[in-house]
Amino acid sequence: MLHEKTIMIDWTNFTPWPSFAGGLLIGSATAIFLLFNGKVAGISGIVGGLFKLTYGDVAWRVAFVLGLLIAPLVYGLVVPLPLVQIDADTVSLIVAGLLVGIGTRYGSGCTSGHGVCGLSRFSPRSLVATVSFIMAGFITVYIVRHLIG
Amino acid sequence: MQLLAALFSGLIFGIGLIISGMTDPSKVIGFLDFTGKWDPSLVFVMGGAILVGIFAFRFTATHTRTILGEPIKLSTSQHIDRRLVFGGLTFGVGWGLAGYCPGPALVSLLTDSSKPLIFTIAMLVGMAIFEIQIRSSQSKKSKFHNESYL
Repeated sequence: MLHEKTIMIDWTNFTPWPSFAGGLLIGSATAIFLLFNGKVAGISGIVGGLFKLTYGDVAWRVAFVLGLLIAPLVYGLVVPLPLVQIDADTVSLIVAGLLVGIGTRYGSGCTSGHGVCGLSRFSPRSLVATVSFIMAGFITVYIVRHLIG
Repeated sequence: MQLLAALFSGLIFGIGLIISGMTDPSKVIGFLDFTGKWDPSLVFVMGGAILVGIFAFRFTATHTRTILGEPIKLSTSQHIDRRLVFGGLTFGVGWGLAGYCPGPALVSLLTDSSKPLIFTIAMLVGMAIFEIQIRSSQSKKSKFHNESYL
């Protein structure tokens, strides 16, 4: 069923260059964090680790998250923020949030930790995790958009 | 200095997520809509990030300390188990439902929509549930498995 037709590319929304440029910045941030802080810039691990409440292990996590939080404010000073579209309703957002929170902690990483850092280290573990979450994402969107929707 | 580096890294990471299009859930779902009209942009995000990442992680092959002289702490786990796969699958379902993964949700928190806030609160609750569950299973006795938690 999944292979009955060839892949159709959505050319109108395809943004290879901004996406690649953004990717280079994400990689650079990962490099800064690795070279100065000596850790993997895995966002779910950085945030989830806050719940361990380990003394002396909180400040750097908060600093990194603060950087993420102020990013749109700094970006907005230079150019207006791009418009976004969030189709999910409140119930979907809550269910999705819970699944992302639990799943990233059980799987020891998310798109940044496994998808970017792990793959940059050629970690087989991260490759398995990345294939798992992308496949689950493909199947979920297929069900929500094409079977139910 | 370390805190400043962490703050700066988070800022650059966040700006990268905005420029790349990752903070737009409809774009992320466009990437995950593989059987519909597929937007492969996210492949370029990962490609760009990994390209720089490979060079950065090469540094760790020859160095055990950071530029600031602190030890580099990276996961050495090679363990591929059910927990890794099921965790990944669970995350992927949530990612496909809302179009948010943890980074973009946090970056979108201080913008004018309340939706990223709802998602983020639920995500934090999910992470707290994990922590409570891990602690209770560790205190019960870890005779069934003693894995390292990242």
